[in-house]
Amino acid sequence: MAISVNGTDIPVPDDPRVSLLDLLRERAHLTGTKVGCNQGACGACTVLLDGERVLSCLTLAVQADGRSVTTIEGLGDGAALHPMQQAFIDHDGFQCGYCTPGQICAAVAMLRELQGGVPSYVTADLAGQGTVTAEEIRERMSGNLCRCGAHNGIVEAILQVAKEQAA
Amino acid sequence: MTPFTFARATSPEDAARLAALEGHRLLGGGTNLVDLMRKGVEHPTTLVDVTALSTEIIETARGGLLIGAATRNTALAAHPLVRTRYPVLSRAILAGASAQIRNMATVAGNILQRSRCAYFNDPAASRCNKRAPGSGCDAREGFNRYHAIIGGSPACISAHPSDMCVALVALDAQVHLLGMTGARTVPLAEFYRLPGDTPQIETVMAPGEIITAIELPPLPVAARSDYRKVRDRASYAFALVSVAACASVQDGVLTELRLAFGGIAPKPWRALHAEQALLGGPVTREAVFAAMDLELAEAAPLAGNAFKLELARRTAVAVLADLTGVTA
Ligand SMILES: Cc1cc2nc3c(=O)[nH]c(=O)nc-3n(C[C@H](O)[C@H](O)[C@H](O)COP(=O)(O)OP(=O)(O)OC[C@H]3O[C@@H](n4cnc5c(N)ncnc54)[C@H](O)[C@@H]3O)c2cc1C
Ligand code: FES
Ligand code: FES
Repeated sequence: MAISVNGTDIPVPDDPRVSLLDLLRERAHLTGTKVGCNQGACGACTVLLDGERVLSCLTLAVQADGRSVTTIEGLGDGAALHPMQQAFIDHDGFQCGYCTPGQICAAVAMLRELQGGVPSYVTADLAGQGTVTAEEIRERMSGNLCRCGAHNGIVEAILQVAKEQAA
Repeated sequence: MTPFTFARATSPEDAARLAALEGHRLLGGGTNLVDLMRKGVEHPTTLVDVTALSTEIIETARGGLLIGAATRNTALAAHPLVRTRYPVLSRAILAGASAQIRNMATVAGNILQRSRCAYFNDPAASRCNKRAPGSGCDAREGFNRYHAIIGGSPACISAHPSDMCVALVALDAQVHLLGMTGARTVPLAEFYRLPGDTPQIETVMAPGEIITAIELPPLPVAARSDYRKVRDRASYAFALVSVAACASVQDGVLTELRLAFGGIAPKPWRALHAEQALLGGPVTREAVFAAMDLELAEAAPLAGNAFKLELARRTAVAVLADLTGVTA
């Protein structure tokens, strides 16, 4: 009965009401993951569950039993930033920073989805591959709201990482 | 959230057995149920995790597809056979919610997601006959922009929120159910009940029945299909009106047509009257408008949602024109 959080086992809480979000923040003291709406509408609580982006506010901690969670704290490699974190800095992909951990986790998984062939609502040819365009990124990142309106920087940051990965 | 215990179903039979017990509710991705529990709308005493139900998508002997109930929405939308044979289904799923939610949500959970009506979701301060039968309906005189214009009743005008199900109903999907008395199959078009006097009863499922799979028939016309969703922002918002359509045209006339609407009714709305009226004729603006007038003849729009009459017919014209390559 444990959840691997950034490589460390955290026991599953006895009370099944505890959300994954509360487990991360209140019990594992990993406060990088943010509480926005607590009802699935903002994306601030986005983490990676077995590598896929999910909302930790709508995930019960028990549902993550035996699985592995990566939060913003676990994305980078010790002292080194993850390339997506660096790209957000390079492109001013934030202002107040509240939505940022969720944006960055979502962006990392989003590029994997795109490269893995998952289509989006704006993919013109569903039989083909989606391409890394600003339009695709905006649609695929629409689950992460930013009240500061940092979206242009966010899209540029993601485009940069996609380009680096392709190189 | 009221306290509950957590269990995992180990097989479909186990899930059906547990589902029949007092206070037990099934948990798919939890994206709707967990939210409703937190809001105090739902109060299960036990949650039964059913994500171990089938997540397979397999071709049937007839040439259709059988989709396991626990298949995640993303996996269904991304499946190669769905994208090429039933693009309307991929597009509809991708029009819904966000990528994070689609990664979590299951097919069965999507079908059984509950109303997004603000009053249904507000037990502290609002009246809602669906949530508390007999308490009244605050939507009729209140904020009803997202509510039904057809198929509602004096008791309830909540619209069904699913995008995926609009495509499924256009595709004549069948719902596979399993209960204590055995398995049965119900067309999705007959699965939902209109609210009438009992808006709290939303489907024909018997107590304790569970969804085990969805089946799509072979449907060549679906290879030419699309889904268009009109909403208050470009993405990550529920539909005001949405249209699922499959169409084929020969010599300028519609030879096959499937048409369904979301956002306008308490269930995904298959537009059989409009289909009948349009078949055998050309796709023109006049023809689609006339067919939609027939389809929506019994509409009862309210102050906040009367715009949907016009929006539905214009969106239908746009989708059919795109699909058939004519400029209506
Ligand atoms: C912010 C937000 C925006 C959204 N936007 C959209 C949108 O634009 N379009 C759209 O279509 N949807 C939208 N949704 C809704 C989303 O699609 C649903 O929440 C999701 O599909 C539900 O699936 P789930 O597996 O998480 O269901 P759960 O929450 O786990 O369950 C939902 C219901 O299904 C029942 N259930 C689950 N599995 C079974 C089974 N096998 N047999 C019988 N009963 C079962 C549960 O008991 C429960 O009553 C949105 C949701 C959120 C939070
Ligand atoms: S806090 Fe989870 S989506 Fe807003
Ligand atoms: S940076 Fe402030 S909310 Fe996005």
